[in-house]
Amino acid sequence: MTAPLVALRGLTVDFENGGRLSRAVDRVDLEIAPGEALGIVGESGSGKSVTWLAALGLLPAKARVSGSVRLEKQELVGVPARVLEDVRGKRIAMIFQDPSSCLNPVHRIGWQLVEALRLHRGLHGKAAEAEALRLLDQVGIADARRRLQDYPHLLSGGLNQRVMIAMALAGQPDLLVADEPTTALDATIQAQILALLSGIRRDTGMALVLISHDLGVVAENVDRVAVMYAGRLVEEAPGADLFGAARHPYTQGLLAALPSLTGPRRRLAAIPGTVPDPWNVPTGCRFAPRCPVAETRCASVPPPARSVGFRHVATCHRQVEAAYSVWSLPQAAE
Amino acid sequence: MSVLLEATDLRRHYQVRAGNGLFAAKATLRAVDGVSLTLAPGRTLGLVGESGCGKSTTGKLVLGLVPPSAGTVRYRGETLPAVGTPAWRGLRRHIQMVYQDPLGALDRRLPVGRQIEEPLAIHEQTTPAERRDRALAAMNNVGLQPHQYDRYPHELSGGQRQRVVLARALMTGPDLLVCDEPISALDVSIQAQVVNLLLDLQEQLGIAYLFISHDLKVVRQVSHDVAVMYLGRIVEQGEAESLFAAPAHPYTRALVSAIPTIGPRRERLLLQGDPPNPVNVPSGCAFHTRCPFATAQCRAESPTLQPMASGRLVACHRVHEPALQVAA
Repeated sequence: MTAPLVALRGLTVDFENGGRLSRAVDRVDLEIAPGEALGIVGESGSGKSVTWLAALGLLPAKARVSGSVRLEKQELVGVPARVLEDVRGKRIAMIFQDPSSCLNPVHRIGWQLVEALRLHRGLHGKAAEAEALRLLDQVGIADARRRLQDYPHLLSGGLNQRVMIAMALAGQPDLLVADEPTTALDATIQAQILALLSGIRRDTGMALVLISHDLGVVAENVDRVAVMYAGRLVEEAPGADLFGAARHPYTQGLLAALPSLTGPRRRLAAIPGTVPDPWNVPTGCRFAPRCPVAETRCASVPPPARSVGFRHVATCHRQVEAAYSVWSLPQAAE
Repeated sequence: MSVLLEATDLRRHYQVRAGNGLFAAKATLRAVDGVSLTLAPGRTLGLVGESGCGKSTTGKLVLGLVPPSAGTVRYRGETLPAVGTPAWRGLRRHIQMVYQDPLGALDRRLPVGRQIEEPLAIHEQTTPAERRDRALAAMNNVGLQPHQYDRYPHELSGGQRQRVVLARALMTGPDLLVCDEPISALDVSIQAQVVNLLLDLQEQLGIAYLFISHDLKVVRQVSHDVAVMYLGRIVEQGEAESLFAAPAHPYTRALVSAIPTIGPRRERLLLQGDPPNPVNVPSGCAFHTRCPFATAQCRAESPTLQPMASGRLVACHRVHEPALQVAA
């Protein structure tokens, strides 16, 4: 196996809030290979976004980040901002859910693209403008020359997200972290943007981390999936194995809770209860209070990450079989 | 089949300025442009479409919260009385609304139990003790605990807040609930809880739902019939499962094929460009600018909703052509 492009080791993020510490991310280990597409799935508060904001040093000062994030040989946790500035945009770029709030409303699209090109690639003048045009073309914006003169408010949400992708590509990054890139967009526009992202990956060999709450989006666009719950990684597997043979009760629950677009309608298996508050997480397995197959030890002992198949890891005490969903049990009916 | 709600040729137009500035020409924004629908007691009609297609405005027109520019709404055969009249207020106990954001729909300074009781104080002569008992019964019905009666909205989770909103809407025993994106703000595992609750309530109480959502999978899960809207008009309407299994209108096809799914990959009909601005609706069929099958006729003539052999209603000039079916 090739050396990982980015490796997270025991990444932990604590937020200090009115004197109490709440752990948003708890000892996350993850690797991403060059050119790989990794999906991060989880509900709100699972730490899926915070993990990557922490990796890039984008969290506010009240966040305490520990553990390690390595980009090839370079450590990124606890290094001076100067080092991170050479990484952000140039090696690892990030795009977010709401493109219109990420673009500067008082500057033209072209100005903002040229700024990114100057910072990341040292391009100026005509060369920068030509490259900006090429980037807009690459992200499928028609009539690019005219669009360079437009302000963000003149563009639709889909077009603004294309501009954000163009800006992220400006530094020719090795890894693009896309945090819910299509959540704010309509279904037909979402399909366009996702098709664009996979086209770019095919052409450039860029690696992708796709963070999403939408299991369908992740299933269609990545090679490997990591599932997070309440700040911890609970399962990690190649896409087909995760969606076809999930081994963690939480992953199985997410899949059973999802209505389908085809086949007979069945009653959804709803996971009871709610996600724990970050300042009041269960001591053992964080999913134990909602889990239909929890045992006594689940409430007190954090489960170890166990290998359950080829590159398939589940963090669960119970040896749940792949062919069998814990949510089809009678006690898990509701 | 008896009819609970019947809307005929509903229109809602807004006067807007076409450009920037004070002296820009006036233009008409056709938010809803000729929508007709019927809903039988105890049934669910799903209303789907992308942002700006007029589905939420249609929901408000049905309740009378937005006065129509043209068209009528009949409830149990009677024309909906004018908004604000005693007759309309009396009717509102039978038609309730649930919005996307429960925190916005609740008063942050009032315990949720008191808010659940409020419709009774408005619509019925009741004593405080009676109201409390009935509020507790309603809370039990939607899966809330009695001790949550004294909680404030911020002390509850998103799913619990939406249960509060539902309990409040059910207090007056409505027979129609207009639900505008009721679960879109909730996490996947909580969405399933609320979807199951809505289905259970329908089974127990025989309520009809007008269920407005952009989430096709959820709409399919809860609806008997589905209407698909594009730029203020219904382009396709029919029985939920068959509509999603075999969409006929090119827009419905694109919309259904755009939904990311787990499992085998399907053929995707990728649309070009964005939906047009509703101030400037294209001539003829409003979808022709993005339709891969558009002809000269589509650019000139607006298609009307026509029944197909299966009973499905479709507004498309080319839907009967066998060649089109193959091309897709």
